[in-house]
Amino acid sequence: MSVAEQSIVGAEDRSPGFLDSSVGRKVVMAITGVVLFGFVTVHMLGNLTSYMGAEAMNHYAEFLHTMIHGMGIWVFRAVMLTAVALHSWAALSLTLSNRAARPVGYRAQQRQAATWASRTMRWSGVILGIFIIFHLLHLTTGSVHPSFIKGDAYHNFVTGFQVPAVAAFYILAQLCLGLHMWHGVWSFTQTLGLVHPRYNGLRRNFATVLTILVVGVNISYPVAVLTGFIH
Amino acid sequence: MEKHLNLTLQVWRQKDGKSEGSFVDYPAKHISTEMSFLEMLDVVNEDLIRKGEDPIAFDHDCREGICGTCSMVINGRPHGPKERTTTCQLHMRSFSDGDTITIEPWRAKPFPVLKDLIVDRGAFDRIIAAGGFISAPTGCGQDANALPVPKQNADLAMDAAACIGCGACVAACPNASAMLFVSAKVSHLALLPQGQPERYSRVRDMVAQMDSEEFGTCTNHGECEAACPKGITMENIARMNRDFIKSSLTFRPEIASGGAG
Amino acid sequence: MELNARTPEGPIEKSWDKHRFDLKLVNPANKRKYKILVVGSGLAGGAAAASLAELGYEVECFAYQDSPRRAHSIAAQGGINAAKNYHNDGDSIFRLFYDTVKGGDFRAREANVYRLAQVSVNIIDQCVSQGVPFAREYGGLLDNRSFGGAQVSRTFYARGQTGQQLLLGAYQALERQIGLGKVKMHSRHEMQELIVVDGVAKGIVTRDMVTGEIRSHLADAVCLATGGYGNTMYLATYAKGCNGTAIWRAYKKGAAFANPCFTQIHPTCIPVTGDHQSKLTLMSESLRNDGRIWVPKRKEDCGKPPSQIPEEDRDYYLERKYPSFGNLAPRDVSSRAAKQVCDEGRGVGPTGLGVYLDFEDAINRLGAKKIEEKYGNLFEMYERITDENPYKTPMRIFPATHYTMGGLWVDYNLMSTVPGLFVLGEANFSDHGANRLGASALMQGLADGYFVIPYTIGGYLAGVKPGTRITEDHPAVKDAMAAVQNKVDRLFAIGGKQTPTHFHRELGKVMWENCGMGRNEAGLKKALEVIPQIREQFWQDLALPGSGNELNQSLELAGRVADFLEIGELMCRDALERRESCGGHFREEWQTEEGEALRDDENFCHVAAWEYTGDGNAPKRHIEPLKFENVHLATRSYK
Ligand SMILES: Cc1cc2nc3c(=O)[nH]c(=O)nc-3n(C[C@H](O)[C@H](O)[C@H](O)COP(=O)(O)OP(=O)(O)OC[C@H]3O[C@@H](n4cnc5c(N)ncnc54)[C@H](O)[C@@H]3O)c2cc1C
Ligand code: HEM
Ligand code: SF4
Ligand code: FES
Repeated sequence: MSVAEQSIVGAEDRSPGFLDSSVGRKVVMAITGVVLFGFVTVHMLGNLTSYMGAEAMNHYAEFLHTMIHGMGIWVFRAVMLTAVALHSWAALSLTLSNRAARPVGYRAQQRQAATWASRTMRWSGVILGIFIIFHLLHLTTGSVHPSFIKGDAYHNFVTGFQVPAVAAFYILAQLCLGLHMWHGVWSFTQTLGLVHPRYNGLRRNFATVLTILVVGVNISYPVAVLTGFIH
Repeated sequence: MEKHLNLTLQVWRQKDGKSEGSFVDYPAKHISTEMSFLEMLDVVNEDLIRKGEDPIAFDHDCREGICGTCSMVINGRPHGPKERTTTCQLHMRSFSDGDTITIEPWRAKPFPVLKDLIVDRGAFDRIIAAGGFISAPTGCGQDANALPVPKQNADLAMDAAACIGCGACVAACPNASAMLFVSAKVSHLALLPQGQPERYSRVRDMVAQMDSEEFGTCTNHGECEAACPKGITMENIARMNRDFIKSSLTFRPEIASGGAG
Repeated sequence: MELNARTPEGPIEKSWDKHRFDLKLVNPANKRKYKILVVGSGLAGGAAAASLAELGYEVECFAYQDSPRRAHSIAAQGGINAAKNYHNDGDSIFRLFYDTVKGGDFRAREANVYRLAQVSVNIIDQCVSQGVPFAREYGGLLDNRSFGGAQVSRTFYARGQTGQQLLLGAYQALERQIGLGKVKMHSRHEMQELIVVDGVAKGIVTRDMVTGEIRSHLADAVCLATGGYGNTMYLATYAKGCNGTAIWRAYKKGAAFANPCFTQIHPTCIPVTGDHQSKLTLMSESLRNDGRIWVPKRKEDCGKPPSQIPEEDRDYYLERKYPSFGNLAPRDVSSRAAKQVCDEGRGVGPTGLGVYLDFEDAINRLGAKKIEEKYGNLFEMYERITDENPYKTPMRIFPATHYTMGGLWVDYNLMSTVPGLFVLGEANFSDHGANRLGASALMQGLADGYFVIPYTIGGYLAGVKPGTRITEDHPAVKDAMAAVQNKVDRLFAIGGKQTPTHFHRELGKVMWENCGMGRNEAGLKKALEVIPQIREQFWQDLALPGSGNELNQSLELAGRVADFLEIGELMCRDALERRESCGGHFREEWQTEEGEALRDDENFCHVAAWEYTGDGNAPKRHIEPLKFENVHLATRSYK
């Protein structure tokens, strides 16, 4: 039979498995992405307590550790871990199938619409992944922290960022976060179908404002520590 | 005003699906700016035939921008530099004297090259066969005006139905995703009252077929929309995603039920 | 050869109903035992293949394109007629019937046309239920526009893409059957031969255009829906691949070819720009709803930009000559009028072969936005091709070959003179007489495919015993395969210097000059001398690269041109023998004082059907007399 002959008998074989489907995996990516962005945003707001001094921040940290009798933090960690795991899984599996979909590339391809952010999602994502691990080892477990004191979040935070290399990596990660967010926030509305021409301008603007806010405030922390504003 | 150009073409030549391909340079001399891009290739091919060489194979038919047959990546852009214009409607006035033009086939795993610039787009047909229709056997129609369709929906459905199935969206997408094409058909039918009964099974079946053809997935770059000669928008992809999610949430496996005899 | 039209007796309003009742039925359980080949996936073929499969027949469908969705029907722009009378403006089945018979200049079979008008109504219902997004009004109901040759608004449309949308409807129905395994689709397959056993059609031979494989397909009935042969003229509005090969093979196997000289020259196409031109682009007739056609009154003004020619120096010649139809005069009349003013030296544009189609008044009256809404994509297309903006400067248009009313002769059941061979759509000759009205080819293709063939083929198959298909070792199959292989081998054996397109272009020039808008005895006789010479050169000097066992577009083209070179001759022969003017066939010897077509009902009120009698022999002309009992023979007037 030549390539031109077509017949797709066996419609019933088409499996409707949600996670097998491309759109399903995209949806997983988007929902977990939203959870992560939600966390990042709240985390950013929570850390504002650092500007109010050691007591406020440590108090906030203690609240997190003791809410719902200490259960809260574990539920929360489980959700975050699952989200990161699912998100990374979806990213990996989709990236692999996208690569496979074009075995032979173009000699000259001119991009018309893709942005730098959209094209670097994989890289910004991977850097974020590395950063998350580092961040946990650094400020949660203290394994890679020079003078970690369990329970003194403020101290760990200030002394942590006093190491310029750490602050630099943190800032780099935040810039990646910015790229990832700027495309991601716009992109998830598309993936989840939350789109209407009337609100299209709003989608882009929302992504831009949220990104600048989160990244701006987050970068202000190491800058504040290094400049001695927080000490 | 008519002018004449001398150009160099760098064309992908590949004998058939099994052979390796490579770029070959051809001069294109004294090309009128009034010619269409395909007429320019005709001139080059006539020369090749007279010289006893194999002419460049390319797909084309209507040469009016409606059949969706013509398909080539010109200087890195599917259908060439002009927005909302198919290759057959692209005219040589879009180029300048002395230009070098690179011409390649659509590149995607589900679109294997058959020869030179010709690819097999049967995957698109199979996606339609999987669900891109309304089951309305001949003779079943009720009076055409029995079911009014809001003008706006009719217009949106028509916008989506304008897709010519050319595959430029796949060719342009960095992931070789077919979501713009698939979503155009999903939207066209989902926007009409006649399309409602099968709305959710349709989107599931079409996406499943799209996946099994091994197209990539959308990462919302927007390249498809920029390349589409018919102005199909990414809003359709969002609509398809929405329907797909709803469909997956409410999907009931079919239970075989016998007739009463 | 016997031409039995099998038209039912009795009042015309009842004849289709009665005929359907009289046709024998195939038992539902037996349907799957019959195999039907449908060659072509355009409106006619696509609709037929889907509908026949829905009924339960085993169907195989063929197209030369890579997908059935790309058939030439996709290019139709303007619309499709139906006698719905949704606008309460006096339309009815009888009026559509009347307009079509009159529009065809009384050279079509009444009963067929009446049936066409009847089922036109069902077509719209069917298409809407398939999801064809026809244009709608604000209340959500269907919109209509007017087309040439009619004084009612009965044309349904989907922007400027009606053919596309109707074809996608049929294509989707077809793909549904393909998905269900009921239709086997063979894309990129070209039919090269018809297999006939004891005078009955039993199958076809195709060439796989990717691998070059030549193989047979055997069946209980064959439907040809392969479109028109207008590409004989080389420059035409047809898709490049349209060809006459399938019907020509059938003709050579015994199917009569009816009225080959009846071709339609469409008045509104974009003019030729140079020798490189590979095809002509139509600007939909619907533009004539709002555009006004004119040329300068004086030759001297032709070189001036149109904006500098004042109103009083313009000749709106259609409005002047045909006040009641004006710019909406039928196609043959409008084309001829354009030719006349250009012959007088009043044509515009660089070649002098063009007239203006001007929207200035309409834009002033309705506003540019409304015009854009109605014709936006056509205006865009015009600008893309010509680099001129029709919102600012009038379009330039000129007539071009567009449609062939002639085709294989069929009876009321759409069966050709070869039993078992049915012919649908533009490929047959049936409904349009000597001139087709706008928006009625889509109607006819879909009528044939959805609503006629599903009934009439049953009547034929009911008389065929299931399981009597021939097998591949039948000598007729072997002969047909050998003939195809032989033709391929002969083409490669020539080893000359000229490209297939060269010969095609040469043929086109001869055809356009002598068998185009105006024809006369001397010209036709000359063409009948020249065409065989071109054919001879073709078989002596054709250059053909590559081989037959691969994707070879030059071979495809050469095969088609070889057939066009024979078809063109038959067209001229038919034009020479029809010593009258009617519709698109304008013999300069037969015209009124005002230059209108002069019919000769006494001697030519008939269909001419040509029988093949062997290569080198003159074909035989048969006639099917036409009777006009419901629409009385009258001089067609659009004044
Ligand atoms: C530019 C343009 C605009 C038009 N606009 C209108 C309009 O507004 N209204 C209207 O009513 N009509 C219009 N027409 C006319 C109308 O579109 C056609 O007459 C009609 O669509 C023909 O349909 P069909 O199914 O008979 O053939 P086609 O659509 O031509 O289909 C032919 C099929 O046969 C196949 N085929 C051909 N040869 C072979 C072969 N040798 N082997 C295998 N397969 C083969 C092809 O692959 C194709 O699938 C227009 C025509 C043109 C050119
Ligand atoms: C805090 C961490 C992260 C957040 C907040 C986040 C968020 C998001 C969001 C919202 C999307 C958009 C989904 C969509 O397209 O609809 C997204 C996409 C993506 N993310 Fe992440 N992500 C994070 C970490 C990661 C990591 C660790 C990786 C990789 C290992 C990653 C890789 C990707 C990829 C590849 C995409 C798809 C690209 C695209 O849709 O354009 N992300 N991310
Ligand atoms: S969506 Fe646009 S680019 Fe993609 S197949 Fe349709 S017309 Fe071509
Ligand atoms: S050839 Fe038909 S769209 Fe280009």
